[in-house]
Amino acid sequence: MRRDNWRGIYWIAWKDMKTYYLKPPAISWGIIFPVTWILAFYLRNPQSFRELIPGLIAMTILFSTTAAEAVVINFELRLGSLERLLLAPVSLPSILFGKVVGGAIFGLLMAMVVTAGCVLFLGVRPDLLYLILVGLPSLLAFSSLGALLCVMVREVFEAQTLLNIPRFIMIFLCGVVYPVSAMPRGLQYVAHLMPLTYTVDGLQHSFSAGAGAIIFLDALVLLGFFIIFIFPAVHILSRKFQ
Amino acid sequence: MAESKDSIIEVVDLTKYYENLLAVDHISFEVKKGEVFGFLGPNGAGKTTTIRMLTGLSRPTSGRASILGFDINQHRVEIKHHIGVVPEISNLYDELSALDNLLFMARLYGVPRDQRSERAEELLKIFGLEDRKDSLFGTFSRGMKRALTIAAGLIHKPEILFLDEPTVGLDVVAARSLRNLISNLHQQGITIFLTTHYLEEADLLCDRVAILVKGQIIKIDSPQALKALAQEESVIEFSFRKEASAFLDNLAAKLREARVVAVNHNTVRIYGGVAASIYTQVCKFAEESHLEILAVNTIRPSLEDAFIKITGLSPTVMAMEKGAK
Repeated sequence: MRRDNWRGIYWIAWKDMKTYYLKPPAISWGIIFPVTWILAFYLRNPQSFRELIPGLIAMTILFSTTAAEAVVINFELRLGSLERLLLAPVSLPSILFGKVVGGAIFGLLMAMVVTAGCVLFLGVRPDLLYLILVGLPSLLAFSSLGALLCVMVREVFEAQTLLNIPRFIMIFLCGVVYPVSAMPRGLQYVAHLMPLTYTVDGLQHSFSAGAGAIIFLDALVLLGFFIIFIFPAVHILSRKFQ
Repeated sequence: MAESKDSIIEVVDLTKYYENLLAVDHISFEVKKGEVFGFLGPNGAGKTTTIRMLTGLSRPTSGRASILGFDINQHRVEIKHHIGVVPEISNLYDELSALDNLLFMARLYGVPRDQRSERAEELLKIFGLEDRKDSLFGTFSRGMKRALTIAAGLIHKPEILFLDEPTVGLDVVAARSLRNLISNLHQQGITIFLTTHYLEEADLLCDRVAILVKGQIIKIDSPQALKALAQEESVIEFSFRKEASAFLDNLAAKLREARVVAVNHNTVRIYGGVAASIYTQVCKFAEESHLEILAVNTIRPSLEDAFIKITGLSPTVMAMEKGAK
């Protein structure tokens, strides 16, 4: 049975990559939007752009993973294809995890492109190990956040609209463009309740020398967010099929 | 309920509530290995809800059911290895080709790598889709989509195939072709559980039929036995060259023990009486009245007649509830 589930996770993620990555909502919200933001910040002030790189990579991860989830989950909820997966010998949590992995891989590809671009064109040198240490739990956390919100609605446009609420709140509160430490204390508390804060913090440490245990803490908190998001997502999805 | 040894599906007191709505009301039945078992009833009767419970898409509120001895609540994943399911909606992936859809299903069901392609190609051939194997599912006609969805349900060689309204939305030719395919699967020994609105489909395909109304099974029997229930009196139909209205009253006066009804302008049906006597009397009447008899038929009740008698429902109401056909 465990083998059935691992096989299901692998092939569902594979199928989602093949089927949905080039769907318009994934391209517009998962690729065009973050790229546009990055270019806008670069063109506005190329000199201080380096400081924004960790935040913009974090934003890219947030938008690309959640945009992919809206496509891989809501297209299938609407067309009934998700039921097709549930008819196979794969458990419902495994199916949803397969979807989360599919979204996370989309985010990983986007994050790799943005990071590679920054390394090649701006000469920044992040610590690859730390980047992976923070990046992977971030991808899982945001992909599962996307899954949680997407299973609450049926249509892709409803999902994208719902996802914009945490996306934009996090962009402004989690240190993407404005440091959390410079915010009023109340907002700092709010920022620390959001996963993007830890992604931005971890990535900033990856791009600066002397990162230490804090990166492990960021990674652990992000894994915690992943667990916090994935369980209710499984619960909500299973209620749809009672 | 007594459970026989050759039962492959056993259902006892299965019940499903959706909040306060009782969708399936304490139904019990069994399906024998190798038979085609049909659930016949109008929309909202509980057919799809039952299939969803049996295939693990929905949990029963109460009661129990087992498939191949596996309890449907405790062994969902194990059961799925042994069953193929064709939902009412052809829900494969528009963005994948026919072949890729089958290969994906084969991977999901754990079909060994060296058998996947061979099995997929074999099914494409059986279902007449080998020429379109590289075409995207989204470009297929309804009939082709239905055929590929059934093929996907067979990719792992299941022992039982669940078909939910297999021919809904298909044109007459596609529906007939699909029924032939289902008959062929039956001949290969696959146990088939199907739901249908269509009386004719149930009559043609099923070894046994359960008539379901408002969540309850009203009757389970073979189509022949169900039809026999509706056979209360003999019905003989005579077609004449002359218009029936010209002699109907005279004929009725001769056949006092029967009812004479004009079916159309030159055909009459005679209900009741002893068939042999009716036949002799009508032939004599025709000779005396110089009427030419064009045809004589003994009318046997259809499954529709049996359905009306058993359920009290109008088949026209059932037809109105159907999808386009």
